[in-house]
Amino acid sequence: MKTILFILQKEFIQVLRNRTMLLLIILLPFIQLLILVNAATFDMKDIDVYVVDKDLSTTSRELVSKFEASPFYNLVNKSFNMEDGHDKLLRDQAELIVHIPSHFEHDLRNEHHAPVQLLIHAINGTAAGLIHAYSATIISGFNQQIAVEWSQGKLAKANQPLEVVYSYWYNPEMNYKIYMVPGILVILVTIISLFLTAMNIVREKEMGTIEQINVTPIRKYQFIVGKLLPFLVIALFELAFGLFLGRMIFDVPVVGNLGVLFGFTLVYLLVILGFGLFLSVISESQQQVMFVTFFFMLVFILMSGIFTPTESMPDWAKKVNVINPIAYLMKVIRMILLKGSGFMDILKEFYSLLIYAVLSLGLAVWRYRKTV
Amino acid sequence: MPAVTVDQLRKSYQDTVALKKESFRVEPGELFGVIGPDGAGKTTLFRILTTLLVPDQGQARVEGFDVVKDYRQIRHITGYMPGEFSLYMDLTVAENLRFFATIFDTTIEENYHLIRDIYQQIEPFKHRLARNLSGGMKQKLALSCALIHKPRVLILDEPTTGVDAVSRKEFWEMLIQLKKQDITILVSTPYMDEAGLCDRVALIQQGSIMKIDSPARILEDFPRKLWAARSNQPYKLLQDLREYIDLASVYPFGDSIHITHKRDEMDKQQLEDFLQQRGHPDIEVAPARPTIEDCFMDLMNQGT
Repeated sequence: MKTILFILQKEFIQVLRNRTMLLLIILLPFIQLLILVNAATFDMKDIDVYVVDKDLSTTSRELVSKFEASPFYNLVNKSFNMEDGHDKLLRDQAELIVHIPSHFEHDLRNEHHAPVQLLIHAINGTAAGLIHAYSATIISGFNQQIAVEWSQGKLAKANQPLEVVYSYWYNPEMNYKIYMVPGILVILVTIISLFLTAMNIVREKEMGTIEQINVTPIRKYQFIVGKLLPFLVIALFELAFGLFLGRMIFDVPVVGNLGVLFGFTLVYLLVILGFGLFLSVISESQQQVMFVTFFFMLVFILMSGIFTPTESMPDWAKKVNVINPIAYLMKVIRMILLKGSGFMDILKEFYSLLIYAVLSLGLAVWRYRKTV
Repeated sequence: MPAVTVDQLRKSYQDTVALKKESFRVEPGELFGVIGPDGAGKTTLFRILTTLLVPDQGQARVEGFDVVKDYRQIRHITGYMPGEFSLYMDLTVAENLRFFATIFDTTIEENYHLIRDIYQQIEPFKHRLARNLSGGMKQKLALSCALIHKPRVLILDEPTTGVDAVSRKEFWEMLIQLKKQDITILVSTPYMDEAGLCDRVALIQQGSIMKIDSPARILEDFPRKLWAARSNQPYKLLQDLREYIDLASVYPFGDSIHITHKRDEMDKQQLEDFLQQRGHPDIEVAPARPTIEDCFMDLMNQGT
């Protein structure tokens, strides 16, 4: 026990003496939260729209004015020239062309039917889908309006037998940031704990200090505990610090119990520390461990459901996520913070991670014991 | 009981045999040198004795403890200084020393008398980070750390490699002082001239120990008469000597070339005449006193 204390003391001196590291630990939450949360948003604003109105009738102008009035659109140009519109789309100066053919009003009045063409820049499929959805809403709204106007109210009632009323739960304002902040916190905690652990032990190998340690009476478990505990503490501190920043800057709700969150994160960190230890035991240099760690991090993060819900992933991806520790915390931290889930609600995830922690740490320790 | 017993020890890495069934003993309080070139197997031997490596065959005991079964006890009673500096660069001199004292469950004060002479030289810099120390100071710190738990056996792997001549001399003086504290010392070195400072040495080459004895006895055992030839064209002289018949060995040694003859008596005049004909007007051939290096070369030739 005393030996562990001495190792801990040494580790903390080393971490606190490393200015770059210290700065990183403090700055990382700020940078990640401020930049990533603000940048990684799915809300579309300022969609550049190019209008080709060949009809120039009252009705077509009214439709164009709907686009102009919407805060989501930014009118680039209006013309009769489809070629110019294509050109703008090609040069990335417009994201959407609204094409209203001639005789639009005439057809609508006489044949009760007229086409409007939307050309959407679709390199980014998600954005294109959103643009389409927004535009379709505007057009169908306009459709409803003229239908009511022209039929003096008769048609409207007949066309809308059901009225849908939305209520968004757990994030009533559909604020994307509130969804992102917990996700970023997970990334933060993972980076800090995984990288620091993996790099630290390899560093001892690289510098040859592990040789000197191995000839002392220090037992392996003492060394491991002494090595992992500081990073566990630092990672939990990061979570608290990041949560505080998220609360102050983005007003992220904390509906659930923080004790449950920290308890769950603790188990999660055991899994990650086990991973870090294992990677550092099988690696020979910091470069190697960096590369392997980065690879796993990237795959696990992108599959964890930080941007897209895991439920909409294909079946095989869902199965892969069973061994993705990040996916567990990603889900649970949102459940606790936004929904207020209690311990009983996350029981399944808790036990899964607990088993995972035993496996990951066990594997790492077993592999470590085999080396001298 | 001997301090160290090595019995039929064998260790190989894949295809390379690092130690070929070697045996020897080191008596308590001895300063024992393991001397050989790079790759001779010195580090492998020391890593087995410090329980960092497990031998393939054979046995080794340190103070009666088996290096495989009783590795835990051995770690309490040995001090090891690896060939490369392996203390914490980002800890200060004092922090390093205190860390190694505490993990051996002792304090600096308790064993200060052991390291006083060495540590006093670096104590003025005790708040300096280890990475900012000079080579000689790093070495003194490493020795202090290896000694702080009062080991019964001290194992030093090439402590003087890459150290300047003055520091090397100082270091050996420190070792001779330490011997008086009843610590058995095993030290390896590639420098033959350091052999004379040991009580006994083992000459090791390609995993086998060629000879173990006191330096004086090894020199006495040199089998032939040794000559040193000198001319102002050393490289041509070497080539010409190799063509001369009946020479047992020819190799450069410092600024001269050492030769031995297959027969006990060599006709010096005949050799000089031969060399003058070959264009060495200033040739000078004189008897020389063998050194450990000459013995090493001789043993190596016998082996092949």
